[in-house]
Amino acid sequence: MTTLLEVEDLRVAYGKIEAVKGISFKVDAGEVVTLIGTNGAGKTTTLRTLSGLLKPVGGQIKFNGKSLKKSPAHQIVQLGLAHSPEGRHIFPRMTIEDNLRLGAFLRSDRQGIEKDIQRAYDLFPILGERRKQAAGTLSGGEQQMLAMGRALMSQPKLLMLDEPSMGLSPIMMQKIMATIAELKAQGTTILLVEQNAQAALSLADHGHVMEIGKIVLSGTGQDLLHDESVRKAYLGED
Amino acid sequence: MNELPQQLVNGLLLGSMYGLVAIGYTMVYGIVQLINFAHGEIFMTGAFGAFTVYMYVLPDGTSMAIALPLMLIGGIIVAVLVAVGAERFAYRPLRGAPRLAPLITAIGLSLALQQGVWAWYPDATSALKFPQIKGGPFEIGNVTIQTGDIFLMIAAPLSMAILAYFVMRTRTGRGMQATAQDSDTAKLMGVNTDRIIVIAFALGAAFAAVGGMAYGLKYGQIDFRMGFILGLKAFTAAVLGGIGNIYGAMIGGIVLGVVEALSTAYIGDIPGMDKFGSQSWADVWAFVLLILVLLLRPQGLLGERVADRA
Repeated sequence: MTTLLEVEDLRVAYGKIEAVKGISFKVDAGEVVTLIGTNGAGKTTTLRTLSGLLKPVGGQIKFNGKSLKKSPAHQIVQLGLAHSPEGRHIFPRMTIEDNLRLGAFLRSDRQGIEKDIQRAYDLFPILGERRKQAAGTLSGGEQQMLAMGRALMSQPKLLMLDEPSMGLSPIMMQKIMATIAELKAQGTTILLVEQNAQAALSLADHGHVMEIGKIVLSGTGQDLLHDESVRKAYLGED
Repeated sequence: MNELPQQLVNGLLLGSMYGLVAIGYTMVYGIVQLINFAHGEIFMTGAFGAFTVYMYVLPDGTSMAIALPLMLIGGIIVAVLVAVGAERFAYRPLRGAPRLAPLITAIGLSLALQQGVWAWYPDATSALKFPQIKGGPFEIGNVTIQTGDIFLMIAAPLSMAILAYFVMRTRTGRGMQATAQDSDTAKLMGVNTDRIIVIAFALGAAFAAVGGMAYGLKYGQIDFRMGFILGLKAFTAAVLGGIGNIYGAMIGGIVLGVVEALSTAYIGDIPGMDKFGSQSWADVWAFVLLILVLLLRPQGLLGERVADRA
């Protein structure tokens, strides 16, 4: 398998405080990799750095063979790295359809865009029903669907999802997780950050456990799911 | 004779001039949450740019039909250069700094531009006579329209239509809307937000220059201080309409202009209020309106409150 994303000794700091203290991992084409860990472990910081919103203080990021260290965020999307941010961040005063169109901001193939909007509606029928509605009026789960649909509109090589299940009802959470499984089945490469470790690890090919800015444990999803320390720390078992 | 229609037209014209300048405040605020208090001076440099073209570029005796568009282009170029320069060298280095820093910078820049023009522009220590369109005035029913206002009557709605088309229909315009709503997420969509900020400053300046040209034609003269009170009025108009909302800026401007015109015309007639109806009180009523809006509807007339559920 070809390696799509390669992170090496990545360090990110807010002022003098290091939030990510030298992590390394890789994502191969076609696989789902998950970063799990508690609040403040540095997962979101890692994703925000990969997509260019934060600048690393050290280390290497290689995406599709190209270093991302000096690229601004808007160019990184163009290379095929899409980021659905924590807290959804849909554009509240735009319609659902306009939100999706913004996901395709860098594309100019009109027909392809229309086709992909339709695909997003097929994936999330509720979005299609409400396409002309302001996105701010959607429920949290629907906004999450929109955020994912929007990220897919750039036709990414790698989709990064930050806490897609955060704050959702159990039913909605299941729905979102089922969608991620569906995307995986379609061959989408996904880097998933989740607090719901059980769900994330069940889906993932590989997982990494982060604690205060470091990766403390790595393995296949199944290995981690059955690892005793992971079960104790993240799956709430004694 | 019933003078109400005349006063309404006066107010509408005055207000659309405020609106043209207010667009710059509201756009820049919408994108970078900065009140660019130097925007009044950008309006002023636009007027001086237009004046320069007439005075020093075009040969004497050029007809106004040819001069006007060239003056407008000159004014727009000067205002845009000043605004883009201000963004690049004064505001951009302060991005991410506490909000007070760019605000103080804006006030400093405003003074620097005023004093710069005063000190270095030939004869600008006193008011300069702005070229006028010959002919007129025009009578429509019992409403008189001054010749100088014809430009404003055409330019204001045209500017607004161009702006609305740009923001709603073009790719850059949609990128601008996205940046205004959520700058980081706009970047994730591939929007070059640095470029959008420059475009917001440039567009605002271009409309301010149209306003500056309208001011010169309307009042027949321009001076280095013209941007101060007009800038404040335009800022008021932007807040009135709902800052960040481009249609709000135009509507706020028109409401403000109409209130000023009506207050000058009618407040003096109210028994016991005869002192307060003169032209010099018009500014007071304008700012009273601002205070009322801030108290009763702080988000402005068109300010939006969409539920932002997480």
